[in-house]
Amino acid sequence: MNNTQSLPMESTIKLQIDRRDVAVAPGTSILEAARGAGIHVPSLCYMNLRDTCISNLPASCRICVVEVEGRRNLAPACSTRCEEGMKVTTTSARVMNAQKTVLELILSDHPTDCLICPKSGNCDLQEMAARLKIREVPFKGEQSSHVKESSPSIIRDMNKCIYCRRCEMMCNKVQTVGALAAVNRGFNATIAPAFERPLGESECTYCGQCVAVCPVGALTENDHTNRLLADLADPSKTVIVQTAPAVRAALGEEFGLPAGTSVTGRMVSALRALGFDKVFDTDFAADLTIMEEGSELLDRLARFLDGDKTVALPILTSCCPAWVNFFEHHFPDMLDIPSSARSPQQMFGAIAKNWWAREAGVKREDLVVVSIMPCLAKKYECARDEFKENGDPDVNYSLSTRELAGLIKRANVEFDSLPDGDFDRPMGESTGAGVIFGATGGVMEAALRTAHELYTGKKLENVNFESVRGLQGIKKATVDLDGFELKIGIAHGLGNARALLEEIREKRCEYHAIEIMACPGGCIGGGGQPLHHGDSARLKARARALYAEDAGKPSRKSHENPCIIKLYEEFLGKPLGEKAHHLLHTSYFNKGKAIQER
Amino acid sequence: MTTITLPKCTIETLVRICDKHGNQTGELINILHEAQGELGYLPREVQEVIARQLRVPVSRVYGVVTFYSFFTMTPKGKHPISVCMGTACYVRGAETVLDEFKRRLGINVGDITPDGQFSLDSLRCVGACGLAPVVLVGEKVYGRVTPAAVEKILAEHAG
Repeated sequence: MNNTQSLPMESTIKLQIDRRDVAVAPGTSILEAARGAGIHVPSLCYMNLRDTCISNLPASCRICVVEVEGRRNLAPACSTRCEEGMKVTTTSARVMNAQKTVLELILSDHPTDCLICPKSGNCDLQEMAARLKIREVPFKGEQSSHVKESSPSIIRDMNKCIYCRRCEMMCNKVQTVGALAAVNRGFNATIAPAFERPLGESECTYCGQCVAVCPVGALTENDHTNRLLADLADPSKTVIVQTAPAVRAALGEEFGLPAGTSVTGRMVSALRALGFDKVFDTDFAADLTIMEEGSELLDRLARFLDGDKTVALPILTSCCPAWVNFFEHHFPDMLDIPSSARSPQQMFGAIAKNWWAREAGVKREDLVVVSIMPCLAKKYECARDEFKENGDPDVNYSLSTRELAGLIKRANVEFDSLPDGDFDRPMGESTGAGVIFGATGGVMEAALRTAHELYTGKKLENVNFESVRGLQGIKKATVDLDGFELKIGIAHGLGNARALLEEIREKRCEYHAIEIMACPGGCIGGGGQPLHHGDSARLKARARALYAEDAGKPSRKSHENPCIIKLYEEFLGKPLGEKAHHLLHTSYFNKGKAIQER
Repeated sequence: MTTITLPKCTIETLVRICDKHGNQTGELINILHEAQGELGYLPREVQEVIARQLRVPVSRVYGVVTFYSFFTMTPKGKHPISVCMGTACYVRGAETVLDEFKRRLGINVGDITPDGQFSLDSLRCVGACGLAPVVLVGEKVYGRVTPAAVEKILAEHAG
């Protein structure tokens, strides 16, 4: 009803749904109008991401059909607009019979192995079959037979696809990656990369937003839970874990807690209960990232201000692996501008295997580094060759927030009543700057806090940079560094990132520093997080949880982290130094396409 | 980096066709139609060039190519053979004719002979039901074809 209340009378349309008077704004669909009035018309393919102004309306599933008086045929409620005086019935026997037939037809080309499906218990189709009390599928015949495909991040089991095309919409409209499209016809029809090649040979960035919206088990994450259980059970292995900032702000949702409940302490206790030898924090590595990335920014700025015309500006953040994949594929001509700093996940891995292992007296081959990430691209990132030493990855594998929640449930841990635990030291020590890495604008704010002090040499009193916070798609701001106007840009969602990058490529805008996160909202809306169903209120609540945690930290500037200071003193030397360069920086690869004459 | 190689003249042809249609995404079907008209088929490399010119993902081009049965990704032979499998031709034995073509050429529907001479396709009705079963070789129409006539038809075009 929120559509109706604030509108003046003349701009509303009045109609009846199930004999109830409803008033809505022009252009409202019957489905939206009904839901606003508390009538829950079922849907499968429909999806509305209001805050991005993007909706998925292929009207392909037909489960939302309703009766409209005066029309011969049933109408799909999702894509039929309300009209003045319309009389709609959503619950007639005709409608219910049609819905049942529609679902039976969908199920006639869908496997019925629900018991062992990764989406079991969290599947819209399964829920719909239960709701409509489907007890048999009367239509028998040919079924789709696509080959199941596995990539480092995403599993595609397209026999389970119901052609809702939400994934295609996320991939093309929101992310502008264009890896997925509807291809073929009939039983060969599927959603696939061009030429039906594997995801790994397409432009896919592994952002996982397709997985986040898939209503069924067609797209799921490459689940490493069993690998972790095997390692935890192996007495010869030392298994340590790092947790990304955004995980703590969303994990609670999987246990029925309201969005925005910060569960940091309980998460640490749960991980300890699972049997990890050390529970560390990616926030530590986020602080380390700021040291390197912030120093790189200041170095490039100093050279730029000295009149060096060759210096690559703006500097782009490089924490987000899906973003790295995106620019390697789509902006290979600009590989010199991203920061060469590795992501926090990889910095953590490099320090854990090259420094902590030695300090703790653990051999590299006996050390297993696991990460808990809000992200599916992180699974791919830790498998990249440049992050391995003699074939051994710095981070062995990565589990998503959802996988961790599943594991905690399996382990008979009563999450709600867990006491708050503390991260282990030294790699669990972090500042508020590390915590906010999980929200769009957070990396930039963390960098500004450090860059400001290092550049001006003065203490920064107010560490809150409000202008870089919030869910606006592209944010632009100017920050005063003691007379120098630092121009910054921030984008979240790869579609917004593309818009910003094209501005830079065409030199339409001048920036010194840019932060990009691939997922809408930043990591808090990552492809591995509890499903937010496009509800930005949830994203905002998660961001608030991170900023609250930041505000409560004794130190909120990365360069004040005592364990980071010690790490540089005892091991790394100085930021951008030789050792730091070797362990904490990386290079990028041209994954674009070139068309050549033969 | 993935490198896609095509003869210079093919790239020029594709660029010209795309330019003619203003490089408009909405013209994709017309562009594919013309490209296939000039090149005979639409292999991956051709789709990549069209995608680049129109600035659309190649997955979308591939989606259109695989949706319409008119478009093909396999080359046609010098003499493309089409056997009509429409209702009239079918009931008058088109399937046995098609089987004979398959047997003699050693290829399946949609394939091309290794020497590039013949390709085999089936289609639905050419509007000459009175002549059923009908076979087309290039532009030439053969009516009331029997399996026994297949050898002669092939011989006519061989070499």
